[in-house]
Amino acid sequence: MAEARTAERAAQDESHPSGDERFGLLDKTLRKTRYEQDQLIEVLHVAQDIFGHLSEDILIYLARQLRLPPSRVYGVATFYHLFSFTAPGRHSATVCMGTACFVKGAEEITQQLELTYDVRAGETTEDGELTVSTARCVGSCGLAPVVLVDGVVTSHQTVESTLANVGEVVAQESTEASA
Amino acid sequence: MAKQIDLHDVAHSELEMRSRYTTRVKACSSTACLSAGAGPVRQALEQAAEREDINSDIQVVPTGCMGMCSSGPLVRVEPRGAEPTMYADVTPDIATRIIREHVVVRKLIDEHVLDEDQPFFSRQRKIVLGNAGRIDPERIEDYVAEGGYQALAYVLSDLAPEEVVEVIDDSGLRGRGGAGYPTAKKWDMLRRAEATPKYLIANGDEGDPGAYMDRTIMEDDPHRVIEGMIIAAYATGASRGYIYVRAEYPTAVERLERSIRVARRQGLLGRNILGSDFDLQLEVRIGAGAFVCGEETALIASIEGRRGTPSLRPPYPTERGLWGQPTMVNNVETLANVPAIIANGADWFGEVGTPKSKGTKVFALAGSLVNTGLIEVPMGITLREIVFDIGGGIENDGVFKAAQSGGPSGGCLPANLLDSPVDYESLRELGSMMGSGGLVVMDDTMRMPDVARFYMEFCRDESCGKCAPCRTGTVQMHALLDRICEGVGRKRDLQHLESLCRTVRQTSLCGLGQSAPNPVVSTLDHFRHEYVDLLVPDVTYNGEAPAVPPRPEAPDPTLPTKGGAR
Repeated sequence: MAEARTAERAAQDESHPSGDERFGLLDKTLRKTRYEQDQLIEVLHVAQDIFGHLSEDILIYLARQLRLPPSRVYGVATFYHLFSFTAPGRHSATVCMGTACFVKGAEEITQQLELTYDVRAGETTEDGELTVSTARCVGSCGLAPVVLVDGVVTSHQTVESTLANVGEVVAQESTEASA
Repeated sequence: MAKQIDLHDVAHSELEMRSRYTTRVKACSSTACLSAGAGPVRQALEQAAEREDINSDIQVVPTGCMGMCSSGPLVRVEPRGAEPTMYADVTPDIATRIIREHVVVRKLIDEHVLDEDQPFFSRQRKIVLGNAGRIDPERIEDYVAEGGYQALAYVLSDLAPEEVVEVIDDSGLRGRGGAGYPTAKKWDMLRRAEATPKYLIANGDEGDPGAYMDRTIMEDDPHRVIEGMIIAAYATGASRGYIYVRAEYPTAVERLERSIRVARRQGLLGRNILGSDFDLQLEVRIGAGAFVCGEETALIASIEGRRGTPSLRPPYPTERGLWGQPTMVNNVETLANVPAIIANGADWFGEVGTPKSKGTKVFALAGSLVNTGLIEVPMGITLREIVFDIGGGIENDGVFKAAQSGGPSGGCLPANLLDSPVDYESLRELGSMMGSGGLVVMDDTMRMPDVARFYMEFCRDESCGKCAPCRTGTVQMHALLDRICEGVGRKRDLQHLESLCRTVRQTSLCGLGQSAPNPVVSTLDHFRHEYVDLLVPDVTYNGEAPAVPPRPEAPDPTLPTKGGAR
């Protein structure tokens, strides 16, 4: 009996009724948290890790699974800054806007990035290449100002060095794509 | 029942293992040093040690933060029976040389040696950070060898819960989250609460931009936080504990979770802790980027999986908190003080600091200083000592202008207040606050209205929207500051701003709103002329209209705001 159940579960993991095996991964987390409603934030984190961002479908799916009103799931997901509802760009440039970085000129760096790539912080360029965002504080205040380019910390940045670094990673991808 | 750890055995065998090495090389692997390239440095150390190490008597230990983050990556060489040496700005090449030259042939690499007798180190007093930079945070044996979990063993075998509260009361420990509420009072309220189960929450939602004290404590000495929590839970009768950590601190989350698992396996958590009849379950909960969740009622809502909006107090969480049960929220740093107080006694703790603010405080020292990093200083130290002795003065021979403490809830202190002591009461009197421990020093190139605008933008973005004074007040105050900073503000704007500051402070629901005006009020107190200089002179009817720049369009509050990681 127990074996049969395990086999059934394994089968479930492999093929989700939706045909999207990523939902199987999400179900695994739901089972691990025993479908507890207070684990919503944790589950949203996992969902965003799996799918890259939170779409409406995912939110409705989670609401059903956790037996929560969709308004509650939507309300929580939109409350917290780390949840995103649009697909991120292929590359990212995150300017730390902690106090130490601000004091050392992070605002100017953000402005120049916004101007150069014609986006506002938090947005992705139209071609989906680059997401420019700001972070509260990455806790490397001794290295201020700090910019994370594709998640890698670059320290003691200036406008010029940041634009050069970001330009480099964006250009890299394009040459690879065209090659 | 889980296996019980024998603390003496573990400590003994760990110390014996250490003594087998003739040299222990400690490599700072904290977030700041890692961003500066500590990863390859550690690899180089290990490879070089392996190559040179014929009798395998060199041990490379990854440790937590050594403090002087501006000189990272840091490496400390500790030969057995000789003075240790600290190296600054280590690259993989230097790391290889450290092993080859210093460790093997005892020749120092002078140009990279960091003097540990300099005031940055000698003026500090480490209690909470005692193990940071000294032990491998991922090994419980290292913590136990430094006396870890001894306080817990003593408490469980020799003290009744009320006696534990008494020791904490005698020590005078106050909340390190910023407000400075006496810790023992909170503990006693939870202990007296009758409803069960009771909950204990460690607040590690450190949202103040420019502060990373709690992260360092959680990353570098996770077992100290856990031990403090077990003692607090025993004293108050809590049966379940949560550590609420920002999602932005993945390393802290990982280390805490691993340490909890290890502690459970060793019989330090779970049922019948260390053979006593005391049970405690601990769990890590992750935030999702909301500054307001540092407020205790909002934090509780977030643990329940809801929007992190605060609720009105009373009832205080110690009466009705998590899931309606008695709950106590303590800051991570507060809890990290507990094992040391129990182990060394209340009197020992009381010797450090001032009569009203006892012990030490950890600060994240940042800004325009020669030395920046993480420091732990006795309460009552003057700002001047922190800035000029520990911080080494203003970088590039600049001029000190102001020190900002308390982040978006705090204020700026100008040069004429440099000699005021750093303790809860003094800072509050001066219009700032201790805060969680961010300390940012600014030189005279900084315009103070810009600083106020920066913090107001932060509060505007982080306002949870539940109460009107904070939700709309921060938007209006930011718009007014924006006008003033852009040079199109008038006298009336400044008057509006000041009156709004009073309203928002008096009528907001929670600490975020109540303290949001602080940066404006304190910069106005000390640097009013900077605001006035930016104002457009009022129209005078002397026949000539003064040139007035056009007003910018009011910002559209419905647009997504810039700033804030979205």
